[in-house]
Amino acid sequence: MSLWSRVANVFRGDRLNREISEEFESHVAEAVASGRSEREARRALGTYARHREEGHQARVIGWLDSLCADAIFGWRQLMKRKVTTGAAILSLALAIGACTSAFRLVDAMFLRPMPVSAPASLYAISYHGFDAKTKAPESWDSNSYPMFREMRKAVMEQADLSAVSYVSHVDLTYGSDAEMEKAYRQSVSGSLFSNLGLRPVLGRLLAEDDDRVPGAEPYAVLSYDYWTRRFGKDSQVIGRRLHMDGAVYEIVGVASKGFTGTEPGTMTDMFVPTMMEAGSVNNANSFWLRIFVRVKPCVDVRSLAGKMDAVFRVWEKNRAKTFINFPKYLLDTFPREHLVLKSAAEGASSMQADYGSALTVLCVLVGMVLLIACANVANLMSAQAAARAREMALRVSIGSGRWRLVQMVMVESAMLGLIAAGLGLLFAWRATPFVVSKINPPDNPARLVLPADWMVIGFGLAMAIGVTLLFGLLPALRASGVKPVHALKGGDEPVAKKRSMYALIAAQVAFCFVVLFVAGLFATTLSKLTKQPIGFSPRRVLVLDTVTQHPEPPVKWDQMAAALRTVPGVETTALEDWPLMSGTMRNDHISVNGAAPSDVLAFFLRVSPGWLETMRIPMVAGRDFRDSDTSPSVAIVNEAFAKQYFNGANPVGRTFETRGPDRVNAQYEIVGLAGDVVYRDLREKILPQAYVPLHRAANLRADTPISAQTLSAATLQPMQGVTIVVRTASDDSILLSETLRKAMTRIDPEFRVSTIQTQTELVNAQTIRERLLASLALFFASLALLLAAIGLYGVLNYAVLQREREIGVRIALGARLGHVVRIVTAQVLVMVVAGGIAGWALGLMLVRYVQSLLYQVKGNDPAMLAVPALVLLMAVVLSAMPAVIRAARIDPATMLRAE
Amino acid sequence: MKKPDALQGSLDLLVLKILERRPRTHGYGIMTAVKDASDDLLRIEEGSLYPALYRMEEAGWIRAEWIKNDTGRRARVYELTAAGRKQLGLEESRWHAATAAINQVLRTV
Repeated sequence: MSLWSRVANVFRGDRLNREISEEFESHVAEAVASGRSEREARRALGTYARHREEGHQARVIGWLDSLCADAIFGWRQLMKRKVTTGAAILSLALAIGACTSAFRLVDAMFLRPMPVSAPASLYAISYHGFDAKTKAPESWDSNSYPMFREMRKAVMEQADLSAVSYVSHVDLTYGSDAEMEKAYRQSVSGSLFSNLGLRPVLGRLLAEDDDRVPGAEPYAVLSYDYWTRRFGKDSQVIGRRLHMDGAVYEIVGVASKGFTGTEPGTMTDMFVPTMMEAGSVNNANSFWLRIFVRVKPCVDVRSLAGKMDAVFRVWEKNRAKTFINFPKYLLDTFPREHLVLKSAAEGASSMQADYGSALTVLCVLVGMVLLIACANVANLMSAQAAARAREMALRVSIGSGRWRLVQMVMVESAMLGLIAAGLGLLFAWRATPFVVSKINPPDNPARLVLPADWMVIGFGLAMAIGVTLLFGLLPALRASGVKPVHALKGGDEPVAKKRSMYALIAAQVAFCFVVLFVAGLFATTLSKLTKQPIGFSPRRVLVLDTVTQHPEPPVKWDQMAAALRTVPGVETTALEDWPLMSGTMRNDHISVNGAAPSDVLAFFLRVSPGWLETMRIPMVAGRDFRDSDTSPSVAIVNEAFAKQYFNGANPVGRTFETRGPDRVNAQYEIVGLAGDVVYRDLREKILPQAYVPLHRAANLRADTPISAQTLSAATLQPMQGVTIVVRTASDDSILLSETLRKAMTRIDPEFRVSTIQTQTELVNAQTIRERLLASLALFFASLALLLAAIGLYGVLNYAVLQREREIGVRIALGARLGHVVRIVTAQVLVMVVAGGIAGWALGLMLVRYVQSLLYQVKGNDPAMLAVPALVLLMAVVLSAMPAVIRAARIDPATMLRAE
Repeated sequence: MKKPDALQGSLDLLVLKILERRPRTHGYGIMTAVKDASDDLLRIEEGSLYPALYRMEEAGWIRAEWIKNDTGRRARVYELTAAGRKQLGLEESRWHAATAAINQVLRTV
């Protein structure tokens, strides 16, 4: 009989037995037919039971058969206690689901190599240095094109280098300008595709020859994903033209499936040659590229990095010679950073840097939640096993082996584990994309490839086995080690069992404390950040990133802003270079009264008259800009500016000069003093800021002294991209966006809105990570608290059940309520306190690793420790209550009568 | 099933031989066939026949099938597999070797 049929027979035992009995009967019938008496024939054949047993044994696989029997028995046991089983499965499933979700994120961002050939020999350049003043470590990975060229030449023998720009979200059209759409674009050096070993699905990929002449090679390669989404895999797409940044590109190919660029967290739609960034390829001060290094076989990576570092330092020292007005203390130590080669098998993205430590912390938290859940189920199983001690004892006495009993209990545990893992996987299937969708800075939401393949399933399975061993093995060994004599006599269980249950309670409390503590840190960070005054009112403000087909004179922009003011629902409008808190900035060194420029740089923003009013930035002194004001001539500065450069005196009427490293000097007269606002980043302290008029004189020569006369003679510089801020009358300002888009094209078809965001979105975007961390950590904290409370309740309840008799006797002998409460809770309270202290120590150890994620929160702040302790205490009291009440209600008469 | 039995070795041989000569025979038929062929001298113990059949089936020497016989009763009939044929050859030569050895001992002593 084949192995398969023996396996199959395990699952059709009934049929097997029926067949055996039928053959048995047919034998007897034959005997009778040949003249023998039925009784004699039956006696000669032996008992049916023996035949069934032997036939069964012969036709099935023994261990599988017993496993199957255990599974059926275990299932019945589980179904008998639906509530506890449900609670166990639910808590495990949530914990496993959270772990698997975290794993999927980590896998997608850090573990999964890019679908390129030999990802292991791929490295990316990054620079590690420190801040000149604070000595805080800093690192970045941006490079200029001339430096890439130099580096590539220097290490040609040891490695192949490719440059890849950061992903940008661009406007493009396949038809008329009215049909603009958005796509994610990366500029790549011609060597990239061959360096990564990628093949085209269609057409061809970019090669070295496509990347030689600045501005003259408008070829685009689509990603497979974009080709599928945008063109439905149309093979006619090759040769199609598209308009982007004033150039006409031709689609030449589609890259291989699965390759979505080199930045995990962003999926690139389109690759174009770096040479198309004609303005940047020869600028040594423009940092816009990451460099990927394909190390050749048998080359030592460390010595290669050393060589590249040397090239980098020489290059930077030469570059520093071109700096003008660069502070000497910075120049002396320039460059402060060293080149490092980091493995880039998984690609390189800012998301990895931004979310790396956050993800690690979350992993630790979910791990703790999982341990809490396991401890819970272990206690549950222990209590269960104690209740089944007699059954086990009986099994031992009729000859069951120890391992057979372990197997029986483990099968039950494994079923719990598997069901929980299955549910957990389902949970993770939905939860991970949900979490990713929360990382959604306006205009650039995270797009992460989240494969749900064998890696994830394998992880879920490993989790199931892991947790089964964690929570099931000890109770199983314990249950199987039962001494039949004691158990059948009905004696007390060994003390060791209770002790291990209490130890688990302590562990639960410790982990719970840590999770609560960390969640508290994150929640406080978020609340500190959101309560941070930003100095302007983002409510009801829309920012319209507006572009024109050709540079338009500033007057036309003013007219557009004025025309939009007449749209119903619009209160005011104004113009600015770029929105506040969008991350974009310009800064300069400031010199007052011809003195040497100070170390502290000031932010600059060009704005139109009425901008301060639109943003609700208070005017402290002086006046707003007038329509006739042009730049450079007048400026409005903030209070930090006055404090920094004028010692806090009213600066209105005074003048200052800008002294940029590579810019012309310009003189400004301060006409107004405005309140402080957050310009770039919520976390940085408010820096000096200067607002200057949006209208800028064109063709100003550096050597000409600026006067009213030269200014009025100068023409105004035309502009092609300006942000229009719109303050709306209603709170739902985003509802106006379509109206505004249409109004703009109606007013002047030359103008087009590229993106519309609310200012609130921009402000919130700065706290996305904190928001995510706080909400996830709070979710895990409530989960941990709930699980720990359930666990505590279960153990206490069990303890009371076990000691009902004793408590009854004590009450009968005159014990008071306080005494009973003490009997029930004393040991557990000691465990809770011990666990709390352990958790506190653990939390303080952990806080060092999360400090970089915190804002104005100190881990050793007593309040940060007191709150979780209080919450935990409350949970402990609440979960102890039912057991205490139960103990107090024990009626000694009933108890003693039962004896 | 694991009872040491003088006929243990010969039981397999007899059953296999009968099935070689008369394929598709049911348990009772095998029993009577042995009885008839040996002129009532050899008799398979009914109680050990079926365990032996199940064991040989498990070993893959014989395979079983349910059929309907002339009386309309369902019966389980057995036949040799290729492995069973090989086994039969093996058992037969082993038997001959053993009996030859025993005969030699009987003759020489």
